[in-house]
Amino acid sequence: MRPSFLALSATALLALSTQAFAAGELNIYNWGNYTNPDLIKKFEKAHDVKVTITDYDSNTTALTKIEAGGHGFDIVVPTGNYVPIYVEKGLLLESRPDQMEHFKNVSESWRDVPWDPKRHYTVPWQWGTTGVAVDTSVYGGDINTSAIFLDPPAELVGKVNVVPEMNDIINMTLFYVGGEPCTTDKTVLKKVRDVLVAAKPKWLSMDYGTTDKLSSGEYPATVNWNGSTFRARLNNPKVAYGYPKEGYPLWMDAVAILKDAKNPENAKLFQNFIMEPENAALISAFARYANGIDGSEAFMPEEMRTAPEIVTPAELRGPGKFLPTCSGESRDLYTAIWTELQK
Amino acid sequence: MTGETGQPRSLEAEATRRHIRRNWLLSLPAILLLLVGASGPLLIVLVYSFLKPGDFSGVIWEPSFNAWFQILFSRDIFDDTVGLADAHLTIFWRSVRLSLSTTLITLVLGLPTAYFIATRSGRERMFWLFLITIPFWTNLLIRTFAILEMLRNEGIVNNSLRGLGLIEEPIQILYTDTAVLIGMAYVYLPLMVLPLYAAIERLDFRLVEAGYDLYANRLQVFRKVILPIIKPGIVAGSILVFVPSLGAYVTPRVLGGGKNMMIGNFIELQFGQGRNWPLGSSLSILLLLIVMAALLLYVRASSREEPHG
Amino acid sequence: MAEPVRKAFSVRRLPGFTAVTMICFAALYAPIIVIVLYSFNAGDSVALWEGFSLDWYAVAAQNEQVQEATLRSLVIALWASGIATTLATMAALGTTRTAKFPGSTFIYVMINQPLMVPEIVTAVALLIFFASIKVATGYSGLAYLILAHAAFCVPFAYLPIRARLEGMDRVLEVAAADLYATPWQTFRRVTLPLVAPGVVAGAMLAFVISLDDVIITEFVKSAGQDTLPTYMLGQLRRAVTPEVNAISTALLGLTVLLLTAFFILTGRNEKST
Repeated sequence: MRPSFLALSATALLALSTQAFAAGELNIYNWGNYTNPDLIKKFEKAHDVKVTITDYDSNTTALTKIEAGGHGFDIVVPTGNYVPIYVEKGLLLESRPDQMEHFKNVSESWRDVPWDPKRHYTVPWQWGTTGVAVDTSVYGGDINTSAIFLDPPAELVGKVNVVPEMNDIINMTLFYVGGEPCTTDKTVLKKVRDVLVAAKPKWLSMDYGTTDKLSSGEYPATVNWNGSTFRARLNNPKVAYGYPKEGYPLWMDAVAILKDAKNPENAKLFQNFIMEPENAALISAFARYANGIDGSEAFMPEEMRTAPEIVTPAELRGPGKFLPTCSGESRDLYTAIWTELQK
Repeated sequence: MTGETGQPRSLEAEATRRHIRRNWLLSLPAILLLLVGASGPLLIVLVYSFLKPGDFSGVIWEPSFNAWFQILFSRDIFDDTVGLADAHLTIFWRSVRLSLSTTLITLVLGLPTAYFIATRSGRERMFWLFLITIPFWTNLLIRTFAILEMLRNEGIVNNSLRGLGLIEEPIQILYTDTAVLIGMAYVYLPLMVLPLYAAIERLDFRLVEAGYDLYANRLQVFRKVILPIIKPGIVAGSILVFVPSLGAYVTPRVLGGGKNMMIGNFIELQFGQGRNWPLGSSLSILLLLIVMAALLLYVRASSREEPHG
Repeated sequence: MAEPVRKAFSVRRLPGFTAVTMICFAALYAPIIVIVLYSFNAGDSVALWEGFSLDWYAVAAQNEQVQEATLRSLVIALWASGIATTLATMAALGTTRTAKFPGSTFIYVMINQPLMVPEIVTAVALLIFFASIKVATGYSGLAYLILAHAAFCVPFAYLPIRARLEGMDRVLEVAAADLYATPWQTFRRVTLPLVAPGVVAGAMLAFVISLDDVIITEFVKSAGQDTLPTYMLGQLRRAVTPEVNAISTALLGLTVLLLTAFFILTGRNEKST
């Protein structure tokens, strides 16, 4: 019995490892539930490449895995304020998207960003805001505040989920207590810790998968990103997105190629590919965030042009701030607070 | 273990040098595989626990006892005072508490079950044994997922309770310590039943009958005759449940909602957002030491077992 | 063994024990039955039964990621159980039916070490160990997973083989030697066929164990190397779709099949010796 098993598995193993059915490979490391399968299929067909996508749930997890080495990924999609850290550690390939064929489609405002000057490393993927999402049938009051998770109203006690993305949570709490992002002011940080630790018993959970769990009603309220909330609202019309008036993060995720990528040519093809308006529209249509490519609006679904999650109401635009890259010292303080929060 | 198979003494005397060498040669490939794929890496973990953490991952090759110090103590980040590491202790205590509770629950439920199976005869016994083994070999994820489905707000448990009119709104069971406890008890119950069954199966029921003959009632017979004899089985089952539940990872992760960490999850955190590989290493070694201690207890207790007469 | 007692108090029936047992079995199987049942549910909720359908199996079967993950799981399990069983058989032959020799305890502990060490600790250790090797060699294929799986499968293959060997009477092998068979001939024509049921049982156990592994695989895997359990773990953390029900039921079915075969094999063992 065993010899034939070995023969069978040897063939299968060979097939798996040589990937005889595609000319090339591309291994993407991206946020969970963030990549349009249709986009991938289109890319695979156009360039005869087999694409794999692996999920991560936080910038820190991704960076940790990449820094450890031996990961096997070609592309990673970090949030902008983490890109300088990647560059500083020599983890990224300087692929010069600014010299690629479709770079001319990138919007003016995104062509030169403080965290990737002149775009030598990254291409815009999507950008958005972090706020709170609430099922309005459970709580009908003002949802434009971080108090939803930092000091929940009675109806939401024990019903709020907090996404464990350390960067976003700590910065939102910093805004809430009146501090500045990346501060090393210990008095302010102490307040942040105290507020978070006091709020945690009132949380339901600290987990991901918010899009589906908001849709199903499993999370009556959660810290969430705007696009994810939009998707949930399409499934469950009672869900609404709140822009915390104390301050909320604006972020952009960007596609970068790793220096030790095994398939750098395919990765460059991918970077170029997503700068085409149609493809950028595919990305946005799936995850429901805005992208940074001109002309893509023509291809995007109608409801995205007027959705309050994408087009921020004028009066709520003020408190939105891009997060800068924090220094090592400030990062260590953040991690210490976060660890204390885990108990 | 080895030897003493009751073979003629001449065969046993054949453990000559040639045989010893042959035995070692035969065992060598397996040992090498385990050295590379299991034991060897443990040494690396030990070494890592004495180094400094890298920025996001890995270590800096400079010696430091910090990782061990940090298990129990922490320097308060704001006023630089050294105190007990509250977060760590809470997580340890939760892990120990949940593991002990799991052991207790599985013991209370498992003992009657094992007794029942052991007192059936022939084919019926094989049937029940088969039934208890299937959940044991079912994928841990499937079993945890099964409990997840049942405990959700729209799951069977809540729906039944609401259907019976006992509650109005669904009870939030999921993402609590209770959910983790239920999940672990469910997953580890077969692990308690099997060794208990083995111990009860070897029980000489004539002793029980003797107890009845001497006018003891059933409870007394149970307490004074049965329990002491099957104690090694109880110890074995308890260890078999306590040890894996202490190091549980999947069940608390899926059922705990990220809020109710056990040691296993906290160790994983150090290799992710915690960015502290040495601390993750020292915690792993600590867990290993606790487990070894529990196993030593078991070996000691089972070697004191009365010879079956 | 238990003898039926013809007394007023039956030893077989302690008060409440039967009830607790039945509750236990019900509690053990209810959640599993729910999953199996709802994998055939036409709708996508776990609360409402909307009719019988095989749709979710179709969805799962057509899901490319599921296909790949399943294939990968099977390949790893085949290799790992093959390697583990071979090595375990050799080790069992070297450590059973022999007097205690220097180092036999060490060998025994080494072989059974995966049973004693918490999986999370092994997973962490392998993560660290393989990370450096991956960087040094640049190779990040399936070999790491196969190696890790083979290692922790060894004790599971070893124990049934050892049990079978211990029950084997040396008489036949001695007879073969008396008939001028060389040690190799004796092994091939007498020992091996006799121990074969134990080897097959060990191989099946190892296969199931490898197929089910979550933690070690989750930590050791590289890009795009999901196995079925790690794929399910990822799904469980995001959205629980009935697709996972279907996959679980299929996996469960496979396990039950293998287990039944295992029971039949080991049951036949007792009769044939």
